[in-house]
Amino acid sequence: MSREDVLVSAAWSEENLTTPGVVFVEVDEDTTAYDGGHIPGAVKIDWKNELQDPVRRDFVDREGFEKLLSAKGIANDDTVILYGGNNNWFAAYAYWYFKLYGHDTVKLLDGGRKKWELDGRPLDKEQVERPATEYKAQEQNLAIRAFRDEVVDAIGNKNLVDVRSPDEFSGKLLAPAHLPQEQAQRAGHIPSAINVPWSKAANEDGTFKSNEELAEIYGEAGFDGSRKTIAYCRIGERSSHTWFALHELLGHEDVKNYDGSWTEYGSLVGVPVELGTGKEG
Amino acid sequence: MSSGCGAPPQGGAVEVGSNEVVVSGKVRSDGAPVGGAFVRLLDASGEFTAEVVSSTEGDFRFYAAPGKWTVRVLYRNASGQADVVALGPGVHAVEVALN
Repeated sequence: MSREDVLVSAAWSEENLTTPGVVFVEVDEDTTAYDGGHIPGAVKIDWKNELQDPVRRDFVDREGFEKLLSAKGIANDDTVILYGGNNNWFAAYAYWYFKLYGHDTVKLLDGGRKKWELDGRPLDKEQVERPATEYKAQEQNLAIRAFRDEVVDAIGNKNLVDVRSPDEFSGKLLAPAHLPQEQAQRAGHIPSAINVPWSKAANEDGTFKSNEELAEIYGEAGFDGSRKTIAYCRIGERSSHTWFALHELLGHEDVKNYDGSWTEYGSLVGVPVELGTGKEG
Repeated sequence: MSSGCGAPPQGGAVEVGSNEVVVSGKVRSDGAPVGGAFVRLLDASGEFTAEVVSSTEGDFRFYAAPGKWTVRVLYRNASGQADVVALGPGVHAVEVALN
């Protein structure tokens, strides 16, 4: 798979805003940004209210995803271009989620909203209405989604890539530094995990680094290309960004995202937890 | 527990827990507050730690670990940065001017 199959530039996007069969979708946890101005023609998906089950900690089911995409006016053969704030975290999560439900023609706008805004490209507040479709989803492709037992079994034999910041990894913080630190779970990381913060994969403007740079970053951190891989963070969206870098850009075959991530693992009874940098031993 | 990892609204009153280290401040250009700027918190080695978008009043806030930090700001055709030493709990104020 080449970079062009999974990533589009802001310049390409601006030229293709009205191309038939191309649908732009802004994804974020907080959709205030969309409401204040979005890429012309883009529809929005609310990460929290539309992609998560309202009661259980899980995703909306297959029928729920079909209903959502049908209502958004997205067809099975549309090319979906995802973008969002927070350096594309939630857009990368949505990308992985679209792949999970079998939508093949999905791409990320490189750099997301940040790059678009820094470039001074147009945003508008037009209400976007697309005619409803009859979207059909597949069963979840669990080759890209890891669950907790699999993660515990992976200790010491798969690449466990913890993509949180060094202070979250070592146990000094429980959440990224832009959030209050009120979480209940234990601090630390999964034993044998390597720490490669998601941000290492991105340039300052939010675009992904080159494949050569990415290969060097993960290689230096101790990533073993011959092993299977599970990426995690706190709730699974920063690790979607890294899943994208490892699986979609670098082409590593067996890479899963653990969406339960630290908020689940750090609350489990009886599992091992490691503190510190992981390099003291 | 916050359900997501997105940044909460910036600005306004802040309740600081007894052990929390808060780095907070304003982005300005020619003295006027700048909203919608990308504000990045970098650690003492220059490594990225967190990012928020400034409020319409130019405000930003981080919940950091004790240490020396750099706040770097990106805005259309402009950037700026400032250092802040936040060794203990409490609110550590910093202003960043764009140029």
